[in-house]
Amino acid sequence: MADTQRPLSPHLQIYKRQVQMMTSIVHRATGIALAVGSLLVVFGLLHLAAGEDSFNQFKGIIGSPVGMVLLFGWSWALFYHLCNGIRHLIQDAGAGYAIPQFVRSSWLSVAGSIVLTVLVWAYVLTAGGAA
Amino acid sequence: MAEFSLPKNSKIQPGKHYPAKDAKKPRTFRIYRWSPDDGKNPRIDTYEVDLAACGPMVLDALLKIKNEIDPTLTLRRSCREGICGSCAMNIDGTNTLACTRAISECASGDVKIYPLPHMQVVKDLVPDLTHFYAQFASIKPWLRTQSPAPDRERLQSPEERKKLDGLYECILCACCSTSCPSYWWNGDKYLGPAILLQAYRWIVDSRDEATGDRLDDLEDPFKLYRCHTIMNCTRTCPKGLNPAKAIAEIKKLMVERRSP
Repeated sequence: MADTQRPLSPHLQIYKRQVQMMTSIVHRATGIALAVGSLLVVFGLLHLAAGEDSFNQFKGIIGSPVGMVLLFGWSWALFYHLCNGIRHLIQDAGAGYAIPQFVRSSWLSVAGSIVLTVLVWAYVLTAGGAA
Repeated sequence: MAEFSLPKNSKIQPGKHYPAKDAKKPRTFRIYRWSPDDGKNPRIDTYEVDLAACGPMVLDALLKIKNEIDPTLTLRRSCREGICGSCAMNIDGTNTLACTRAISECASGDVKIYPLPHMQVVKDLVPDLTHFYAQFASIKPWLRTQSPAPDRERLQSPEERKKLDGLYECILCACCSTSCPSYWWNGDKYLGPAILLQAYRWIVDSRDEATGDRLDDLEDPFKLYRCHTIMNCTRTCPKGLNPAKAIAEIKKLMVERRSP
């Protein structure tokens, strides 16, 4: 072990992007995004507690185009984290470890999150939700 | 905290190009090179190999390069039939054995070859596995018994023996451990898929009498529980084993022995 100048071999830079690795990274990223997003909920509740004018102001902010885009992102993050979380629960029970199974369930998490997000936003935009 | 980019001395530079003359079936190999002797950063050398005069496996191409084009190319190899685990490396983006991966199985375009990911490089495609082997030793990978030694072998039923299938075949090539992002970021303390599969191999052995001790040793936030079921290990294992499943079984045993 005389030589301490040994380089570190490349890792993330060269490893093939495969679905099971990407869903895992995105699961963590959405978890962080949701933690930040929950602050927004608290922010809204504070405005609600402060009275009608204050809450209308809050609605104005989240109803703006930028606010809507962020809400859309957070709703997708929520559904992705939910779907993939259920997948992890099933795996923790010891099922779904064959390669075709976890490749399929990874894609199912992605597809499920997109379907749920679209359904919720279709409801919000057509049935006249809060925003 | 995980370090996502490479340290300064590990950044890869462009390297040399070795064109093939009059090749009937040329294929380009882009290979990671680093030598401890010249004080330079790692580089990618490009070799054109005539597949018309080369064996079918990636190892055949590497040895052809070493024998006929550039004798300084350094790699480990021994059995050339997937049983020793020496030629484990990152080929075409995933970890596998050069001797059992056919050149024709690699994606079209250049064949890219790197050492096993996130390891200290000794030279070219040779990673330092000292820590990996130390982790293997740490799980005491031998039969541990309390009862007096019998006059003959310790017997197993066919069912008990069957539990070792899918575990005993592991050749400790380190493909799975070095494919695991958790092992990349926490390999100093996390045992990684290969060693945990080996640990499970002794946990489920009906002849072993140290199951409780073995589980006690793994009951640790880092040794076992850095596994986040990412599944790169199972996807990449060149022997078709399932380290992720073995780790899941250990986690289940941990829960089962806790409940009354």
